[in-house]
Amino acid sequence: MRHGKYPFIIGFLVVPLALYLVFVVGAYLQMFQLSLTDWSGYGGFSYIGLENFQKLWDDPVFWVALRHNLYLLILMPIVTIALALFFAFLLNSGGKKAGGVWGSKVYRVIFFFPQLLALAIVAVIFGRVFGSDKSGMINGLLPQSWTPWLFLADERWALTCILVVLVWQAVGFYVVLFSAGMGSIAEEIYEAAALDGATKITLFFRITLPLLWDTLQVAWVYLGIAAFDAFALVNIMSVNHGGPNNSTQVLSMQIYLNAFQNSQAGYASALGVVLFFLTLTFAALTLRVTRRDAVQA
Amino acid sequence: MTNLAVKEPAVVSTPKPAEKSRKVSPLNGMAHVALFLWALATAGPLIWVVLASFKNNTEIFLGKPFALPETFSFTTYTDAWSEAHIGQYFLNSVFVVAISTAGTMLLGSMAAYVLARYKFPGNRAIYYLFVSGLAFPTFMALAPLFGIVQSLGLLNTFTGLILVYIAYSLSFTVFFLAAFFKTLPHEIDEAALVDGAGHLRRFFQIMMPMAKSGLISITIFNIVGQWNQYLLPVVIMQGAGADSKWVLTQGIANISTQAGYHAEWSTLFAALTLSILPMIVVYAIFQRQIQAGLTAGAVK
Repeated sequence: MRHGKYPFIIGFLVVPLALYLVFVVGAYLQMFQLSLTDWSGYGGFSYIGLENFQKLWDDPVFWVALRHNLYLLILMPIVTIALALFFAFLLNSGGKKAGGVWGSKVYRVIFFFPQLLALAIVAVIFGRVFGSDKSGMINGLLPQSWTPWLFLADERWALTCILVVLVWQAVGFYVVLFSAGMGSIAEEIYEAAALDGATKITLFFRITLPLLWDTLQVAWVYLGIAAFDAFALVNIMSVNHGGPNNSTQVLSMQIYLNAFQNSQAGYASALGVVLFFLTLTFAALTLRVTRRDAVQA
Repeated sequence: MTNLAVKEPAVVSTPKPAEKSRKVSPLNGMAHVALFLWALATAGPLIWVVLASFKNNTEIFLGKPFALPETFSFTTYTDAWSEAHIGQYFLNSVFVVAISTAGTMLLGSMAAYVLARYKFPGNRAIYYLFVSGLAFPTFMALAPLFGIVQSLGLLNTFTGLILVYIAYSLSFTVFFLAAFFKTLPHEIDEAALVDGAGHLRRFFQIMMPMAKSGLISITIFNIVGQWNQYLLPVVIMQGAGADSKWVLTQGIANISTQAGYHAEWSTLFAALTLSILPMIVVYAIFQRQIQAGLTAGAVK
């Protein structure tokens, strides 16, 4: 019965595991080694101790980028989840028997579509939507007499433009996800509460939201990952890869620029190492918090 | 709005529902307005791109973004297809994604199956090794990844890109499919074992067909994810002659930069339209499966 079990296991694991070890695990392990070197990206290197980390600590652009990442990390999930919950609630408010609000199927199809577009292509589209003269979609819609808005060329608004695009693309996915969650809540619960005189708003906060909590947590993690890596948007949309004046600079862009434009791949690896530990801390904290939740419940 | 005007008199005739509808209809009216506005915000930029692809530069700079183009000329499209190489980029994307999704599915389901249904020393460790990849974003180890691909001589090759796509897709694929294989019943598997079916045969003839729905979901997930990749191709497809091997996302980003230098926007809009339209067609046909496939990953 056990005949050939181990050859089979090895045969099935060896190729996927080898690929994963070389390209994923290998890259992360080498990141630690290279962070201690002056590697330029090509050729050899020599060890320079913790010099890269010292430089990182003193680098104002690193702190600016980190702050922008936190800004996106906090605002993007909040705005996306709020909008998606709102639309999902509106779509399902007609009740399951009525099949939701009139046209809800069509809305769901339209809302979801941006999820299928590459973020890079979305970035190219919105680079033009936010165009700072009449050729841009929004400025073209504004009255002729108005001075065109600068959008991405304006330090104060550029990062918000990036946030808007992240939200624009993500909302539809979570509308569909939350709708599915809302659809699985038994109609009887709503009917019973409605008989007791609960309004739609009460129903939403007292029944829908608590019963959707698990899905919301998953959404939060997914959106956090998406917001953390805004590389395609910043690289394509922003003026001068993170500009103007670093006002849209994020950590993924910093790693890319240092590795491939400044020929400081060792420094880029040190950035990666710092992020590695930040992510690990964040993950551990999240696990800790959610575990406490589970105990309380 | 017109909807409401038609509905209300009919309801007023019967007193009891009228009371109910007074509570519901303002909310319904507001719901329709809000939903319609978001639909407009979603579709608007895409419609604008398609309209602009037929306009010349003068028309584009005139403002009035949703005005119809004066003439419908397809020269921008032929330019985008052949001179801006959209056709080439599109085929490159299709080629790379077809092979790497197939590879990801085969290797991912093999690893997931063994990890989910066989006991052996190191099982847990290997599983967690795969799953830990989910926690760390791809861009983190960009510089060393470039070094590894370079030292293997795979820089600027489709082989390199495909292997990297597969490697970085394995985490989620193994995570998702291992959970899926665990839920499948053991009875049929054991019956086949008694009948003398070997390990390989049980995998291909029993487990794979039973896992069909999970396999379809994760295949859609991987196709969409790999088709939309931008960071990995930008890192790996660089060097002399790289532009002939670019994938669609890279190609369009480059056309966008070029268009900015030459203030020549209509080719860019045509290129964008050419990359959006196939997605709309595929989505229109398979929208139910696509929505299910992409959201399945988030629910499990």
